[in-house]
Amino acid sequence: MTFIKPVLCIFLMPLLLIACGDRESNVVQGNRDGILHYGNGAEPQGLDPHVVTGVPENHLIRALFEGLTVKNPITLEPEPGVAERWEFAEEGKVITFFLNPEAKWSNGDPVTAEDYVWSWNRALHPETGNLYAYMLYPVFNAEAYSKGDVSDFAEVGVKALDARTLQVTLNAPTPYFLQLMDHYSTFAVHSATLLKFGKMTDRFTPWTRVGNIVSNGAFTLDEWLINRRIGMKKSTTYWDRDKVSLNGVVFYPTENVVSEERMFRVEQLHRTEVVPLEKIPKYRAEENSAYIQAPYLGTYYYLINTERAPTDNVKVRQALAMSLDREKLVRSVLQDTAVPAYSITPPDTLGYYPPKTFSYDPERARQLLTEAGYPNGEGWPGLELIYNTNEAHRKVAVAVQQMWKKELGVDITISNQEWKVYLDSVSQRDFQVARRGWIGDYVDPNNFLDLFITDGGNNNTGYSDPVYDDIVLQQAPRAETREARYALFYKAETQLMEQMPIIPIYTYTSKHLVHPSVEGLYPNLMDSLNLKYVTLHPGRTLEAANEQ
Amino acid sequence: MLRFILSRLLQAIPVILVVITATFFLVRTAPGGPFDSEKAVMPEVKRALEAQYRLDLPIHEQYFAYLGDLAVGDLGPSFKYPGRSVNEILFSGLPVTAELGFYALLIALIIGGTAGVIASLKPNTKLDYIPMSAAMIGICMPSFLLGPLLVLVFGIYLDWLPISGWGDIPGDKILPSITLGAAYAAYVARLSRAGMLEVLSQDYIRTARAKGLPEWQVITRHALRGGLIPVIAFLGPAFAGLLAGSFVVETIFQIPGLGRFYVQAAFNRDYTMILGTTVFLSTLIVLFNLVSDVIAAWMNPRLRAQFGGGQ
Repeated sequence: MTFIKPVLCIFLMPLLLIACGDRESNVVQGNRDGILHYGNGAEPQGLDPHVVTGVPENHLIRALFEGLTVKNPITLEPEPGVAERWEFAEEGKVITFFLNPEAKWSNGDPVTAEDYVWSWNRALHPETGNLYAYMLYPVFNAEAYSKGDVSDFAEVGVKALDARTLQVTLNAPTPYFLQLMDHYSTFAVHSATLLKFGKMTDRFTPWTRVGNIVSNGAFTLDEWLINRRIGMKKSTTYWDRDKVSLNGVVFYPTENVVSEERMFRVEQLHRTEVVPLEKIPKYRAEENSAYIQAPYLGTYYYLINTERAPTDNVKVRQALAMSLDREKLVRSVLQDTAVPAYSITPPDTLGYYPPKTFSYDPERARQLLTEAGYPNGEGWPGLELIYNTNEAHRKVAVAVQQMWKKELGVDITISNQEWKVYLDSVSQRDFQVARRGWIGDYVDPNNFLDLFITDGGNNNTGYSDPVYDDIVLQQAPRAETREARYALFYKAETQLMEQMPIIPIYTYTSKHLVHPSVEGLYPNLMDSLNLKYVTLHPGRTLEAANEQ
Repeated sequence: MLRFILSRLLQAIPVILVVITATFFLVRTAPGGPFDSEKAVMPEVKRALEAQYRLDLPIHEQYFAYLGDLAVGDLGPSFKYPGRSVNEILFSGLPVTAELGFYALLIALIIGGTAGVIASLKPNTKLDYIPMSAAMIGICMPSFLLGPLLVLVFGIYLDWLPISGWGDIPGDKILPSITLGAAYAAYVARLSRAGMLEVLSQDYIRTARAKGLPEWQVITRHALRGGLIPVIAFLGPAFAGLLAGSFVVETIFQIPGLGRFYVQAAFNRDYTMILGTTVFLSTLIVLFNLVSDVIAAWMNPRLRAQFGGGQ
């Protein structure tokens, strides 16, 4: 085949004149200049921390801004960010944050406690329409203010005691509150900059544009070309700038996962957001593989409508859950890129392990189905499983359909729906079984278990249990130790899984390709990265990694 | 001719108005709304968002408010990309998509036109069968197959050309332009062959030959003008189609054009963006059809005479 290249080169020379020859790749250039080239998934909605939601936005905003605390990239435990330390009082109900005197905005202004009061007012204000306003609901009166029941923000539990001291009063001790301070919806914004372009609650102003935006993180916005790239450079005012090794980052919208993988192969990217499933075995087989897979704080499950026959019968729900061979599903359909799940909370959620109330047991499943009145599937009224149009969901649904047919003798129909139609069906509870995924916003079992409280916005199953509600909403927040709290969650989750309003399928993993020259992109449960720890090492190439 | 153009432009206004009205009401009947997301949206937040986007008004008031904005050229804020207006997003992608469309069309005309003309000069010979078979393959091969194939061969195996981007690395415009242009080249080849065959059998060509004109002059001065009229008629809608249909190519090559907004706006229920792109595209289609009609009329002496511009 070697003759093809010269022959084609001569034949197509006029067309390719500018292109033939060696081009320096982004990675080689980036390693030399200290610039990380980062595949970031979809084009971001925007960069306003109180307006946007989504993973690509999270990556960008966390590079530009910093919260009161920062999660350790390995353990995810909160560490000092804008706040250099904090103190608890009144059994954890009052937290006083002491701001780092070196914490500065990119225009040189100091970050003050008043900035936080103003920003939380904006984040919670009913007119802002912040989808993540509830992140601040543990704060006293925050929910009432956000819903318009309290109109004076002075009644909300956040006060600037002086320029560098912020006092936060909570409704109840909230062990995960410090983690929420690393969520972008709780970040401070530079009030004078926002007010220059509009009023506090405006969503549409151009304050986040290049040249306008003032931020307080490790990087500043340098370039934003829609659908092309977002460039950032190292901040000169960031308090911890000496620890930042990168000179800049370029984020690329890489919606097409196949194209993203190709860009990685020709060294246009240091890191991909995802990896196409069919490419994973090839990457895994390589020595010193660029493929990195880690447990992820998310669960893939099927929601069950508990108010419609036949799934209104708990025995039917249990039979369906027990007859799924998750190990086989994960191995054959998902190429071992997921972990079988038997409960809603992912294992090792900051030391919490969920109960395993059942296992793959087709014998017992058939017995339960017989008890429910459908021996060997006789008299089965049929069941419809809906999922949003996506090849991966379809594969899982087909496998589930076959397993239920084989083990229980029941027929189900599977239907795909366009994304918004599917969301509408789920929220209107117009389904029998529906695919669902939940990705945690913070590492705590509460984030998964409060989904199923009575009439919870994400419950959608009709499941309602006053005892469960009491444990999750009342008892757990008042537990004195982490162990006691986890024991209560364990009890609640056991109860939930016995009633089976959902069928857990698998726990997600994060999957990336990372160039061997990159160090410091630590895999963790939240796939949360902090670019300040990233270093680049020129000379390490993909070929070298494969040949070693 | 001017009257013809003016009357066509006036006819376009009700057409576009019907398109806007139908789109406006149709998108609102689709299940799901712009603010639905996997995580439940709290009712108070939803109310605030609806107020910010005027969705709390009765639907006829929303409609007239939209028309009012449109009259001054304001397509409204995007629902999906807060902080960006639909105008801004469209105009950021338009130059890229238009450039891509232009190159694709150029490739289509040069390759397709040449192949078609050559084929028509030697009908039913190898020179006819080979380019026409290639054209058939071009029509049949979708860009989502051709694009990755070109990328694999020229981008990854041979490593000659960049595989993504637009205007970032020298040569990164070549593969997407070829991918998008290939199918159109095939159409142009078939159309120009058919057009030329018809013209070459006309009496005036025979007269030209009888007068002793060299064959190349017969072709370039007499035959091409008439023979390429079907191609010109095809080009107007084709260019509008290229602007709207570049979605696949833009996705394969990570090109920051307009195509993806057309498609994703519908999935996102981004009402203003759906309307904006529809208004924009329908206007373009009307305009390009008009332009191609005008050019075709100018090229066709009989039609030119009808408008009073001919000799």
